[in-house]
Amino acid sequence: MALLRRILIANRGEIAVRILRTCRLLGIETVLAVSDADRDSLPARLADAVIRLGPAAPAASYLDIDAVVRAAIAARVDAIHPGYGFLSENPRLATVCDAAGIIFIGPTAGQLEAVGDKVSARRHATAAGLPVLPGGEVTGEQQAIDLAARTGWPVLVKAVSGGGGRGLRPVREPAGLAETLSVAMAEAGAAFGDERVYLERYVTSGRHVEVQLLGDGQRVIHLGDRDCSVQRRYQKLVEEAPAPLLAPQLRAQLRQAAVALGEHLRYRGLGTVEFLVDCERDAFYFLEVNARIQVEHPVTEAISGLDLVAEQIWIAEGNSLRIQQGSVELTGHAIECRINAEDWTDSFRPSPGLITVAEFPAGPGIRVDTHIQAGSQVPPWYDSLLAKLIVSGRDRPEALARMQAALGRCQIGGVATTIAMHAQLLGTEAFTRGGPDTGYLDQFLRRRGTGHQAAGRLSATGGRHG
Amino acid sequence: MDLTNEDVQDILHVLDSLPFGELSLETARFRLSLRRAGNGDWTQALEILVPPALAADAGAPAGPAEPASSGGAAAGPRRPAAVSPAGAGLTDVRAPLLGTFYRAPRPGAPPFVAVGSLVRPDTVVCIIETMKLMNSVTAGVSGTVTEILLANAQFAEQDTVLMRIRADR
Repeated sequence: MALLRRILIANRGEIAVRILRTCRLLGIETVLAVSDADRDSLPARLADAVIRLGPAAPAASYLDIDAVVRAAIAARVDAIHPGYGFLSENPRLATVCDAAGIIFIGPTAGQLEAVGDKVSARRHATAAGLPVLPGGEVTGEQQAIDLAARTGWPVLVKAVSGGGGRGLRPVREPAGLAETLSVAMAEAGAAFGDERVYLERYVTSGRHVEVQLLGDGQRVIHLGDRDCSVQRRYQKLVEEAPAPLLAPQLRAQLRQAAVALGEHLRYRGLGTVEFLVDCERDAFYFLEVNARIQVEHPVTEAISGLDLVAEQIWIAEGNSLRIQQGSVELTGHAIECRINAEDWTDSFRPSPGLITVAEFPAGPGIRVDTHIQAGSQVPPWYDSLLAKLIVSGRDRPEALARMQAALGRCQIGGVATTIAMHAQLLGTEAFTRGGPDTGYLDQFLRRRGTGHQAAGRLSATGGRHG
Repeated sequence: MDLTNEDVQDILHVLDSLPFGELSLETARFRLSLRRAGNGDWTQALEILVPPALAADAGAPAGPAEPASSGGAAAGPRRPAAVSPAGAGLTDVRAPLLGTFYRAPRPGAPPFVAVGSLVRPDTVVCIIETMKLMNSVTAGVSGTVTEILLANAQFAEQDTVLMRIRADR
């Protein structure tokens, strides 16, 4: 047991602000690790102290394990909170922290290894009795073609060390496989420092439902489910809790399966088990484990009344869970819209730049997690998430109506944003009804005739965190 | 002490019982503006004014801090106006958006094209990485690459000329 008094936040953007907020409530001192591009950011202004990691490029700053640990030692912190993305699921950071006597706020290095490697994660899921899609690791071009012939087309190429929707590429026919493998391996190498990829059958119509877990290394509980099916290129744009229109038995099975995997791993900390739900057959498949806090955690906080960062810190201090499964009460409905610096009318072209206006809605049932204010720079080196608008209500219709009104009061100037897309999307009949599948957003964009350049010179790939 | 969302909610609660539609609050640390629309819904704009408390460097072996607008690239950023205009019969390949210029699909791999390479309109000639998205840039015309103006991993502003291609007649 170790009371944490001073924490290094090894991240940036809205999640850095989010972690700062809980630290302040708990009376914990904060030191923010920044790249040169973020020295004047909103989280830098909010932190008790700021320490430089390195140049703007992520590889030289937020992804540099040695720089992060050096900063932690120099800042004399008790612990590192890695946020999401960057080094949050890096077992080597956890190991180096252990060796340096610094607490890594997250699972053990062994657990990060077990689920961070997607081939190993599949093995653990199978061992815990969870259904997985047919597939396996790719060792060469010919072997990949043979493997795809066995799983059936289309297939999805995934980075072994990927996660949160990053490093995923669908391939529809054998002719495109070789080039996709090459690019996927390049991206995986650049993004995760691990070029290995695997492939599995690609389910074209399904819902993305995930279960929030919290464990203390002995006991594991779930904090309900979330639906994150509104995605573009595997990047979530809208999330809600609970997942709407799930058969009660299926919902119970998903939650049980997630807890079974958590127990199998003797999971410690906050984590999410992602599933692909085949609604027509009421079947589900294990996708991956995200062994960290997620972008969409606020919708779970909104319906559970919990502070998930506070629970992470509580567990990191060596305590046992202070919540019983039976005392978890999920009430109402919450929706989150990710507001990104992207021009959604032009292939979601990234739109870095200077923020001139940043006005957000305020009031009951409204929460805004953001790292921007008037005068903020949105640098081109990092992801495009500007703000998360989280709205809750007694039920889904109330939350939806509140979100529509709240979106109307969001004003961001200086960069292109996805605000207007959310307003249109949430007004569609399919979204209002609830439970659209992961292909829905693409259909919506195609119908509008935006977001898909027919003959453009951009073919954006890659992605962000989940 | 900074303002939390809960603080703002408390302030709104007080304001709801008062006949004011707007509140501006400025301290040395922050500036908060709250505005009420006709239907009673509130909008907030918060600016934290206090500068960051920069601690000493972590003892990193790295050199001096770079300006915030520069990358960790091989050379300084290349701006659109920094090159001579294209000659007759030459077509510019420009950066579709600002980002880092990569000549190869991954480190160590052969470059997409070199000077002398024959390209078609849909030939991928380089990658521009922006906000973690790898954007393939295509040649746009059929022809021969005559010039590559940026070094690998150099940062390019939007519309920077990356390459020149002598178009087929």
